[in-house]
Amino acid sequence: MKLPVKMTINGQMYSHEVEPRLLLVHYIRETVGLTGTHVGCDTSQCGACTILMGGQAVKACNFFAVQCDGAKITTIEGLAKNGELHPIQQGFWEKHGLQCGFCTPGMILAAHQMLERYPKPSEEQIRHQLEGNLCRCTGYHNIVKAIQWAAEQMAGKK
Amino acid sequence: MYAFTQHRPATVRQAASLLAKQEEAKLLAGGHTLIPTMKLRLAGPKHLIDLSKVEGLTGIEMRGRSLIVGAMTPHVEVQTSPVVKENFPALAELAGKIGDPAVRHRGTIGGSIANNDPNADYPAAALGLGATIITNKRRIPADEFFKGLFETALEPDEIITKVQFPKVNKAAYVKFPNPASRYALVGVFVSKRGSEIRVAVTGAGANGVFRVSAFEQALKKRFGVKSLEGLSVPADGMASDIHGSAEYRAHLIGVLARRAVAAAG
Repeated sequence: MKLPVKMTINGQMYSHEVEPRLLLVHYIRETVGLTGTHVGCDTSQCGACTILMGGQAVKACNFFAVQCDGAKITTIEGLAKNGELHPIQQGFWEKHGLQCGFCTPGMILAAHQMLERYPKPSEEQIRHQLEGNLCRCTGYHNIVKAIQWAAEQMAGKK
Repeated sequence: MYAFTQHRPATVRQAASLLAKQEEAKLLAGGHTLIPTMKLRLAGPKHLIDLSKVEGLTGIEMRGRSLIVGAMTPHVEVQTSPVVKENFPALAELAGKIGDPAVRHRGTIGGSIANNDPNADYPAAALGLGATIITNKRRIPADEFFKGLFETALEPDEIITKVQFPKVNKAAYVKFPNPASRYALVGVFVSKRGSEIRVAVTGAGANGVFRVSAFEQALKKRFGVKSLEGLSVPADGMASDIHGSAEYRAHLIGVLARRAVAAAG
């Protein structure tokens, strides 16, 4: 039996009828059509599907869409404003924080949460806060630099 | 994943009655163990009872000399709560080391304890602090709650509502995390409350979380690292897998127990 769900994604309201077993990540990608959120491992470990729900970074493969009725969600598509990249996105560009790019949407949203909580994170804090996001290309080094770059930019703008 | 019917009760009573009535029903708390298990088809409940709309299951408060944590309280709340940090710093630290930030935003204390994963952190805290597990039916001392791998004293229609921790004089938790999953390969929780000493070990036992009475006896005479010198746990009864042999785990218990006692001061 399908159930109705309503949620706000990147400021836009969506309303659908879905099967209870439909995972949130599949709802976002296939029902809504926002494919920036990636499915990496499907076992809740890699963090490629990280999104913001109610401001908290969570893994979208670990929820049923029906659990998120009424939720406010931000995906990677919701970060750039008026064609201008968010400082974290820009940081990944400037510091070469990606190679294949598969983990990047999750990394950026995890970093978004991190910088809200720790506006001036130490390298150790960055690495600790990224424990739930796996990257198999970069060795994390440039990801750390990208987040440090973004932290400086965002501090400068305030 | 197998299909299921979703239920969203508003009260503990409704949830318990659904649990009793529906065949092959499971409770959904944070879902951070159950959903991955369902994806792998290792679990296929026909009915899923979502506890997220049930009132009164979250929250943290001191009541007298006890800390009460609602069963649906996520790890991040325990990690960052000023009340927990002030009165139970070891518990706040333990919560901050579970999984990763995304997991801590949703995983719950009740879910962790009810699941009784042999490598989970909260069972060590519950047993190591002498907690009481409060359900919709009764109060269960931690010593009688954990029954073995993924097994607890919970009856089929019983729901954890709160966990109560008595205030202790000293406590610390030290874990050796599996670097991939960040579950405890071995974790040791020690506490001292008056003359009562507890040393609880997660991750190591072939039967799940357990207490080390030899260490407790030694620490009772004098609560210090020196009291544990020369003491060890036999490898017999320890878990053994690709992540570590029984001997290795037994060795880690001694190492981590000494570190925990040192950290508890």
